[in-house]
Formats: sequence, C-alpha cells, structure tokens
Amino acid sequence: MSSKSILVIVRHPPHGSSWVREGLETALVGAALGQPPTLLFSGDGVLALLAGQQRGALGQKGSAAMLEGLSLYDIEPLWYDRYSLEARGLTLDQLMSGCQPADIAGMIARHDVVMSF
Amino acid sequence: MASQGLTYALMVQGAPYSQQASHSALRFAEALPAQGHRVATVFFYHDGVYNAASMMTPPTDEPHLLERWRALHQTQQCELLVCVASAVRRGLLDHGETKRHGHPHPTLEAPFELTGLGQLMQAAHHHDRLITFAP
Repeated sequence: MSSKSILVIVRHPPHGSSWVREGLETALVGAALGQPPTLLFSGDGVLALLAGQQRGALGQKGSAAMLEGLSLYDIEPLWYDRYSLEARGLTLDQLMSGCQPADIAGMIARHDVVMSF
Repeated sequence: MASQGLTYALMVQGAPYSQQASHSALRFAEALPAQGHRVATVFFYHDGVYNAASMMTPPTDEPHLLERWRALHQTQQCELLVCVASAVRRGLLDHGETKRHGHPHPTLEAPFELTGLGQLMQAAHHHDRLITFAP
C-alpha cells in the first residue's frame, strides 16, 4: 500500500448519533493496516473529548472508552480545534488526557486524504 | 485532459431521499467522464448504506437512485462497496448474510458488495482523490 497520510475529522457530538463511533472505527482500521491516521475533533466534535462521560441513551456503547484506548493503536494525540472548544465555553482541563490544540488549516494541508465524520 | 484522467473514490454517508448527499455524489460521479476522469470506487457508510436497498421503489416522477448507481457501475466500471457493519445492523443483507442469519430474502444484491472499512482505506490509498458526501 502506498503511504498516503490520512486525516480523520470528527465534527459531530458523541451522543445522539453514530458519527463519532463510525469515525473512530475508520481511524482504527487505518491503524490496523499499519498507518495510524491523524485524528482531529472540530465543531461539536470537541464534546466527544469531555472527561467523565457515560454511555449514551441510544443503547450505544459510547465513545469515551474507545477514545481512551486509541493510544494503544498509535493514534495520538487527540487533536482539537481550540476555537471550537472556546465557543462552547470549555477549557482544556475539562478534556480527557492526551488532547492537544491543532492548527487546522496546516493539518489539512499536510495530509493527502481527509475523511470527515 | 483525458490522458491525465484521475481515478476517484467517493464516500457516501447520507441516506437516499432524506438528504442531498446521494444525489450530489451521483451527479458528481456522472460528470467525471466529461472531464476525462472516472469514479473507481463508491463506498457507502453510515446511513449511505440505504442506497443499496434492492427493493428501493421511489415514485415514478422521482430519480431512481438505485438504478442510477447500477448505471454508474455499468458505464464507469466502478465498484459499489457497502460497509458490512453499517449495513447488516440496518437490515441490508446480501445472499450470504441472509442465509447466515436465517432471513428469507436478500435486501442487497450485485453490483453492490458488502465489504469492510479496510476497503475504504485501500480506495483512499489507491485512487487519486477521495471525496466525502455527508449529510
């Protein structure tokens, strides 16, 4: 397989839909194939990074446990858009460990493929 | 232009008739040959898997999306890949899954194929462009 770099962007909140889980599963498959993608949380996607989350009301497994295990697959850090965080009245100390602010424009420019969830 | 034609992979995440994503993806794919390009892989994920519902029966005065995908497969020889994990939990089963789970009739048929996310990654790596069509 060629060595294209892949950026997975999560734009949806963690509960109420399966977007976050499906985005994370895509990232995990990339890692399983030997090329861990870069993972970026933007817009309402930053809400998935809030610490201390339980599973959702939809009978879904929730995404917090998946997120905490991503470093085992070399998907780290968990990049986030600081403006999305600020716009929602949140600060870094409310997020789970392993999160870092990203330069979104530069990050998109540096990757060959962008997948958006 | 034709000699420099690109191969495209499309990821379709929107449900047919509920959202614009499927229509936009089809129109994009159908327009590619005029520019010397072609779509090589369409990957259906999330609610996009409903595009493969073999019993899709829209009113006659609306576009028949299933027929449009089949025509695309014919004219551009593209593969129509459906994420198996997204599809089976939503009731879209090919012949093999139908037998395995003891259901009477398949709800997904060729040229659509059930595949895994690994195929999406392969498509992203092998083709020149990957475009996401999300709701």
